[in-house]
Amino acid sequence: MSPGTPAVLSAVPPTALPTAADGSPGFLSPSGVEIVFVLVGVVVLGAAVLCVTTPRLVRAALYLVVALGGLAVQYLLLTAEFIAWVQVLIYLGSVVVLLLFGLMLTKAPTGPSPDANSPARPVALVVAGAAAVLLMVLVVDAFRTTWIDLETPHGLTADLGTSMFRHWVLPFEALSLLLLAALIGAIVVSRRHAPGATDGAVPGSGNGAASGAVPGPRDRVGGEG
Amino acid sequence: MEPTAPAALPVLLADVAGPAALGPGDVALRLGAVLLAFLTLPLLVGQAEHKVMAHMQGRVGPMHAGRFHGWAQLVADGVKFAQKEDTVPAGADRTVFRLAPAVALLPYFVVLVAIPLGPGTLVGQVIDAGVFFVLAVLGLGVLGQLMGGWASANKYSLLGGMRTAAQLMAYELPLLLAAASVVMAAGTLSLTGILDAFQWWWVPWQIIGGIVFFVAGIAELHRPPFDAPLAPEEIIFGAFTEYSGLRFALFLLAEYAGIVVVSALTAVLFLGGWHGPFADQLGWLWMLLKTAALCFLVIWARVAWPRLRVDQIQKLAWTVLVPLALAQIALTGVVKVVIS
Repeated sequence: MSPGTPAVLSAVPPTALPTAADGSPGFLSPSGVEIVFVLVGVVVLGAAVLCVTTPRLVRAALYLVVALGGLAVQYLLLTAEFIAWVQVLIYLGSVVVLLLFGLMLTKAPTGPSPDANSPARPVALVVAGAAAVLLMVLVVDAFRTTWIDLETPHGLTADLGTSMFRHWVLPFEALSLLLLAALIGAIVVSRRHAPGATDGAVPGSGNGAASGAVPGPRDRVGGEG
Repeated sequence: MEPTAPAALPVLLADVAGPAALGPGDVALRLGAVLLAFLTLPLLVGQAEHKVMAHMQGRVGPMHAGRFHGWAQLVADGVKFAQKEDTVPAGADRTVFRLAPAVALLPYFVVLVAIPLGPGTLVGQVIDAGVFFVLAVLGLGVLGQLMGGWASANKYSLLGGMRTAAQLMAYELPLLLAAASVVMAAGTLSLTGILDAFQWWWVPWQIIGGIVFFVAGIAELHRPPFDAPLAPEEIIFGAFTEYSGLRFALFLLAEYAGIVVVSALTAVLFLGGWHGPFADQLGWLWMLLKTAALCFLVIWARVAWPRLRVDQIQKLAWTVLVPLALAQIALTGVVKVVIS
């Protein structure tokens, strides 16, 4: 837990007055939260750069953990507590585990794999740099005069649920439809190879295994408790 | 367990107006109490496992260390582990290999902060989306095992890591669905809020979800009968094959800390946590008793059942636990609509 998060310490909104109401705050004399925000941002940026430059595949996934975890801390600093935990649950707990599982199924070595570099690196660098600059200009220009009041928590679960299921029901339903379509699509794509692939995957063991990718143990089952 | 922490906390908290008045000393005290619980409870479970397993198998277990029924056996084990050489394989990714035990152990400490021990403010930290928090952080521990499995440069470690990942992905879903059922019943994601809303008839109402949650929790910890990722007869010791000395001990400690955390979470979500007679004074005792009873069940399961095969583990998750959890959610929804 980062030390500079007073807002997440209490489930009940504290009775403190909103201090940022009068006059717009400036960039000079930053508060502790702002300093921590910038520092964590630097860590996230560094981890992201290392993620795409390291020659070791698994380390790239682990740097991704650092970058995504840093983003969760940023959410916390902005008092969006619920989003922060969702970030940890979905991205760190599931997506990265899925990535690592996928990597383990490949022949990637424990050491560096220099041949994994694409010859299109300079082009990718230019495109990524241009996209980053474009996004930065856009976000800075759009939110330059907007200030978030850190005294009151903004990301409480109840508030979030109310706004999502009162005001944003339609986008929410559209998104779930999209995800359902993706799910069905994935099943259809994976079933196309089914007749040849599943026969030889787990012979002799119960053929109802949901994940055919797991190599089943063909040897005896350990009888010791 | 440690008598000082539960006794000292209410005294100090009596004159604290509310959560907004948390001082740095109070935070330090709470973290200290959680750390103390984190360091003692897993060892208690480990010692209980030694003795309970032994008596269930017609043995007496450790008897000599510490003179009285071998109470100091785990202390002796710790000294032994600390003396052993800490080896790193030549082909390993040294940094990741060394970091892995810490990554496996730390999440359980962080989770323990959010679990309420008693009524009111007898909790390390009230977190608004507490259920989300504990389940999210709980899932991080597996990263340590995956790191260890990969960085060891050993085929058995890699196999163990793959089985670990497959098992986690299968059991994360029923775990979340079962927890979601309680969240629906209470109408809040906060662990303290869930306990405040708890009624005794929730236990029979949520019993299916409770069983699913507990079984999925045991499976995420790779406790027998779900220990195919370790499976000493097949793949030596899975992701921990190459570890020795203190780092290996840390992995083992993570397993026992996980037992404590999963049992405590099951007690909070499905058995009413601190609720019981004289809950205002004895709430912490009820919570500890329920947690201890569930820990005993975890140990019992290890003695009672042989190890499940990898495909049987997957089959149990997808064809039994997920449908049961969904049925529990439907039941919760129906009852919730009827009584409101």
